[in-house]
Amino acid sequence: MFVEYDPVLYSRILTALTLGFHVIFATLGVGVPLMIAIAEWMGIRRNDPHYTLMARRWARGFVVTVAVGVVTGTAIALQLSLLWPNFMQAAGHTIGLPMFMEAFAFFFEAIFLGIYLYTWDRFKSKLKHFLLIIPIVIGATASAFFITTVNSFMNAPQGFTIVDGILTDVSPLAAMFNPATPTKIAHVIVTCYLTSAFVLGAIAAFNLLKGKTHVYHKKALHLTMVTGVIFAIGTAVIGDLSGKYLHEYQPEKLAAAEWHFETESEAPLILGGILTEDNEVRFALEIPYALSILAGGSTDTVVVGLNDFPEEYLPPLWVHYMFDLMVFIGMYLAAVSTLFVFVNWKKNWNAFNRPLLWSVFAGGPLAMVAIQSGWLFAEVGRQPWILNGVMTVAEGATTSQHVDIMLVLFIILYTILGTTCVMVLRRMFKSNPVEHELEKRGLVHLNSHVSNQ
Amino acid sequence: MNYELIGITVLWTFLYGYLIVASIDFGAGFFSYYTKQTKKDHLIHNIIQRYLSPVWEVTNVFLIFFIIGIVGFFPSTAYYYGSALLVPGSISIILLAIRGSYYAFATYGAKESKLYSFLYGATGLLIPASLSTVLTISEGGYVSTESGRVQLLYGELFGSPYSWGVVILAIVSVLFISASFLTYYASRAKDAQALKLLRKYALIWAFPAISMGVIVFFLLGQRNAMHFENMVDIWWAFGLSFVAFLWATYLIWKGKNYGTAFILVMIQYFTAFFGYGAAHLPYLLYPYLTIYDGFTNETMAISLIAAFIAGLLLLIPSLYLLMKLFLFDADYVEGKKPKAL
Repeated sequence: MFVEYDPVLYSRILTALTLGFHVIFATLGVGVPLMIAIAEWMGIRRNDPHYTLMARRWARGFVVTVAVGVVTGTAIALQLSLLWPNFMQAAGHTIGLPMFMEAFAFFFEAIFLGIYLYTWDRFKSKLKHFLLIIPIVIGATASAFFITTVNSFMNAPQGFTIVDGILTDVSPLAAMFNPATPTKIAHVIVTCYLTSAFVLGAIAAFNLLKGKTHVYHKKALHLTMVTGVIFAIGTAVIGDLSGKYLHEYQPEKLAAAEWHFETESEAPLILGGILTEDNEVRFALEIPYALSILAGGSTDTVVVGLNDFPEEYLPPLWVHYMFDLMVFIGMYLAAVSTLFVFVNWKKNWNAFNRPLLWSVFAGGPLAMVAIQSGWLFAEVGRQPWILNGVMTVAEGATTSQHVDIMLVLFIILYTILGTTCVMVLRRMFKSNPVEHELEKRGLVHLNSHVSNQ
Repeated sequence: MNYELIGITVLWTFLYGYLIVASIDFGAGFFSYYTKQTKKDHLIHNIIQRYLSPVWEVTNVFLIFFIIGIVGFFPSTAYYYGSALLVPGSISIILLAIRGSYYAFATYGAKESKLYSFLYGATGLLIPASLSTVLTISEGGYVSTESGRVQLLYGELFGSPYSWGVVILAIVSVLFISASFLTYYASRAKDAQALKLLRKYALIWAFPAISMGVIVFFLLGQRNAMHFENMVDIWWAFGLSFVAFLWATYLIWKGKNYGTAFILVMIQYFTAFFGYGAAHLPYLLYPYLTIYDGFTNETMAISLIAAFIAGLLLLIPSLYLLMKLFLFDADYVEGKKPKAL
C-alpha cells in the first residue's frame, strides 16, 4: 500500500521521535544534578562518606546520560529549523529570547560539569567541591525554565500583534511570561525532580531486591523516597493549578482531556472508559463534581464542553488516555513514596520488604512513562495548532522532500544510541559495584544501621 | 554600528569560536584514530584525553549558540536555510550525535573499543565536511525558489569545484589547527615524545592548509564575482592572515614558542574568517536574503543583545576557571593531578 508523501505528517512524527527520546535524558539532566547536590551535602553535613560516594557514583552515570542529552538537544535545536522553517521564522521574531538564554544556561552548566567531574580529589575542602555542583543545578533548572517558556508560548501566544500577516509590536518579555508560563514551568521542573528521584530510587530498590544488603543502598533508597514525597506533593498542587489554567485559557484542551461534551456546572471527572461512535462515554469511572472543582475550585464552576467548539479546532480525543495515564502514575508515585517514608518512620516496621521494594522499583520506569504521556498530552492536545490560534502545524511545517527518509535514519540512530547507552551504563556499574568501591575506599564497616532522621 | 551588524558580528564570533574549539576536537579524534592504526597511540593518547575530557561538551554549545542565535537575530534564515538544508543538516546532526555520544561512552563507560575509536576519527573529518556546505550554499546558485518552495540543487552542489574546494579546505584546516594546538599542549605537558609527533603533524598540514585557502579564494572568483571583489577590496585582511601563517609555521618549525605559534594560527583564521564574512555582507544568502531584510524586530534585537552581554558576564569568568584548572594548571597538564571520576 502506498501512503502519499506528506511532509507535515512525517515532520510531526520525526519531531515527536526526537523529543520523545530527548526528553528521557533532558528530564534526568534537570533532576539528577539536584539529587547529586543533596547527596553530596548530606555527606558533608553528616560526615558520612556513603553519601559522598553516592553523589560520586550518580555523577558518573549522569555524565553518560548528559552526553546523549546534549547530542539529542543539538538535534532538536537544528531539527526545529529543518522541519518547521515557517514556525521558526515566526518564533524567531517573538520567542527567540528564551531560546537564546537557554543556550547560555546550558553553556554555564556544561562548563561546571566538566570541572565538577574531574575535581573530586583536587580540593582540600569538601565544601569547595560541593560549591561546584550549585551552578550545575542552577544551569540545568534554568535550561528547563527557558525552554519551557517557549512551549508555554506555543500554548498561550502573546506579546505581539499581526497586521496584514506581519508581526509587529513585539514584546519578548510578554511573550516569555505568558499565562501558561507559571504552571507549565513549575510542572515541568518539579516532575523532572520527581522522576529523577524515582529513577535513582528504583536503582537502589533493584539492588536491594537482588539481595544486596549494604546500608549504602538503604540510605540511597531512603534519600530518594524522602525527596520523592516532597516533589510528589508539589506535583499534585501544581497539577491542580494547571487544571485551572487550562479552564481559563485552553478550555478545549481540558474538555478533550476529560471527554467533557456538554457545557455544564457540577461537571464530573471521567477516568478511563471508552468512547462509542456517537461520542458516548462507557465503562468509565465518574467522580461527581471533580472536574468543576479542578477547573474552578468550586462545584458550580461551568466547564465548557467539546460540543461548543468548532470540530476542526479540536484535538484528537485519545489524549484523554494520555492525561489519565499521567495523573494515575503521579498519584502512584506519591502513594509509594509516602508509604515508604511512613513505614520507615514507624520504629518496628520494616520498610525494606519485597512488595514495597518492587513498588518503588516499578516507580522508576513508570515515572518515565508519565513524562512521555504528559508531553504527548501537552503537544497533541494543542492540535491542530503549533501556535495556539495563530499558526497550524500544517502552516508551520517544511515542504521539503525526503522527510520520510530522514525519519528512518533517525529511528536507526536513536535505536543504536539508546541501546549503547544502556549497555555502557550497565557495564560501568557492573564492573565497579558499590561493594567493591566501598572496600577500595575502606568504607565497608561504617555504621551498619539506617539512620531514621 | 546598527543592530543588524552587531547581531551578525556576535554570531560570526560564535562561529569563529566553534571553528577553533571544534577543529581542535575534530582533529584530535582523527589523530587519535590514525596513531592507533599506526601503533603510535601510546605517544599522544594521554595528551588528547587530558585536554578533551573536561571540555568536549563546551564545544557543542558554541554550535547550538550559533544556530539558535541566527534564528533569533535573523528569523528568515530559518525559512531559507531550514527548507534547503533538510538532508545535509540531518546528516550533520547524525554525525554529531554519533561523535558526541560515542566519545562519552568510550571515555566514561567502556573499555577501549576499535569501533568507538573509528567512529570518533571518521566523524572528525566528516562533520567539518558536511557543515562547510552551509557556507558553500550561502554563495548562491545552489538553491532554487521555484513555485514558492526553497529547494537545494544537489547536482549543482556535488558538481561544483568550489563546493569540493571548501570541503577540502575545511578538512585540512581542522588538521592544521588541531595539530598546532596539541603541539602547544604537549610542550606545556613537557611530553617530549608527543611533542615530536604532533609537531610533525602540524608541519605536514601547514602547507595543504594555506594552499587550499588560496585555491578556494580563486575558485570563489568564478563562483561569486561580487563576493570575490569585496574580498579583494579588503586584501589586507588576507595578507595579514598569510603573514600570521608564515610566522606561526616558522615558530613551529624552529621548535620554540609554541604558545605564540598557536595564537598566530588563531589570528590567521580570525582575519581570514572575518575578512570572508565582512565581504559576504550584506548577504546572508545570495541573492535572496540580506541581513537587513531578514532581520528581527528592534525590541527583540535589543533584548537579545542585552541577554548576550549578561550571558558573557556569566560565562567569561566560568570559562576562565575551566581553563585555569585544566589548560593552564601545569600540574594537571603534566598529569600530576588526579583525574578520577
